[in-house]
Amino acid sequence: MSWGFLRDLLSGVNKYSTGIGRIWVAVVFVFRLLVYVAAAENIWKYEHDEFECNIKQPGCENVCFDHFFPVSHIRLWALQLIMVSTPSLLVVFHVAYRENREKHHNQKLYKSPGEIDGGLLCTYLVSLILKTGFEIVFLVLFYKLYNGFKVPHLVKCDVRPCPNTVDCYISKPTEKMIFLYFLVATSCLCIVLNLSELSYLIFKYSIKCYLKRYIKRRQ
Amino acid sequence: MDWGALHTILGGVNKHSTSIGKIWLTVLFIFRIMILVVAAERVWGDEQDDFICNTLQPGCKNVCYDHFFPISHIRLWALQLIFVSTPALLVAMHVAYRRHEKKRQFRKGDQKCEYKDIEEIRKQRFHIEGTLWWTYTSSIFFRLVFEAVFMYAFYFMYDGFRMPRLMKCNAWPCPNTVDCFVSRPTEKTVFTIFMIAVSSICILLNVAELCYLLTKFFLKRSKKAGNPKHHPNHENKEETKQNEMNELISDSCQNTVIGFSS
Repeated sequence: MSWGFLRDLLSGVNKYSTGIGRIWVAVVFVFRLLVYVAAAENIWKYEHDEFECNIKQPGCENVCFDHFFPVSHIRLWALQLIMVSTPSLLVVFHVAYRENREKHHNQKLYKSPGEIDGGLLCTYLVSLILKTGFEIVFLVLFYKLYNGFKVPHLVKCDVRPCPNTVDCYISKPTEKMIFLYFLVATSCLCIVLNLSELSYLIFKYSIKCYLKRYIKRRQ
Repeated sequence: MDWGALHTILGGVNKHSTSIGKIWLTVLFIFRIMILVVAAERVWGDEQDDFICNTLQPGCKNVCYDHFFPISHIRLWALQLIFVSTPALLVAMHVAYRRHEKKRQFRKGDQKCEYKDIEEIRKQRFHIEGTLWWTYTSSIFFRLVFEAVFMYAFYFMYDGFRMPRLMKCNAWPCPNTVDCFVSRPTEKTVFTIFMIAVSSICILLNVAELCYLLTKFFLKRSKKAGNPKHHPNHENKEETKQNEMNELISDSCQNTVIGFSS
């Protein structure tokens, strides 16, 4: 069980997405998942070992590290990737439900089970709203937990058992900051893609609805 | 999810590339990605652990390491490879869009559609002409730009391509100017020069492919202007045969790459 599972899941979603949805899947694969696995994971790999405090008091380093990094950046990043990809499952489940229904009744109930209309359109819109929501929640969480997206090279710690205010040094702060900004940029790009897809779908289907009503009235 | 997945994504684009494009993709996977994964990552694996400063002052090593390596070579290469592979996705999306349109035409029962079934549409190879030519050419242009930008960033950040053995650091909290020693500097220099050399080869291949596409485009245009009656079927058959042969050669190369990278 690893990121390959998420990759397979998203490939399945790709079939039922719009054009913008497919661009979103490509951005998530290449600029978020691949960058996470190929580059970012290794930067944070030894963050605890390399976190050094100017003190010999046993336990001080552990306590300070825990105080400044309640949840590590890299774990938040992984959680964000998982939560943001999961709403797409709603669409997959709905299509599977439609196909099951057709099989059960042994007749063609829908023009095509994967076509985005009616109930599936609502599910798709809900999944887009959830995706955008999760992105924003995680960005806000990052901002609040770490006071912005900067990673300082020095933090001052005076939690017990440290005897006084102690200097603690974070490893690779510049590299971590560069990748955090990259994470923020790709999240914002994904939010923009989701919002454009949402507007596109709402616009397309309102026009369709309006035209149908107009034709009906004329008849 | 790893480089193997990127190979699967780009492998689809390979079918619609020129011969030079296929060589570029092979060079990318064998001489860059594979070398990165199999060798370079091990060389840089212990870089902070073995970065040693001649001081007992806690924090001095961390600060000096961060000062001299704002972003590690290995991460910069990984980003470079990701960015350089991405323009090929534009081509993949364009091809997918074209396929989708042809499938729609087929389903509507359009008489213009010359395919017998959907499988044929799925397997069909599109020639690089019309709007696909523009997408393909822009993807090569973007590749060139990304390669050049990353090479310059590398040169700018590390003052050249050599890895020095010793660095003098006086960032706070180091008490004075302190000697810091980099681990495996010669091996790192060798790999850096190797990666830069292969990047340059890739740039040359991209430039050659761009020239080839432009030359072909202008020749075709002048032929059309000079001779309105020509036989497209005969030309297409010869091109298709040559491309099938190239595909067989590059597929067999890439099968060995998949074996290594998985």
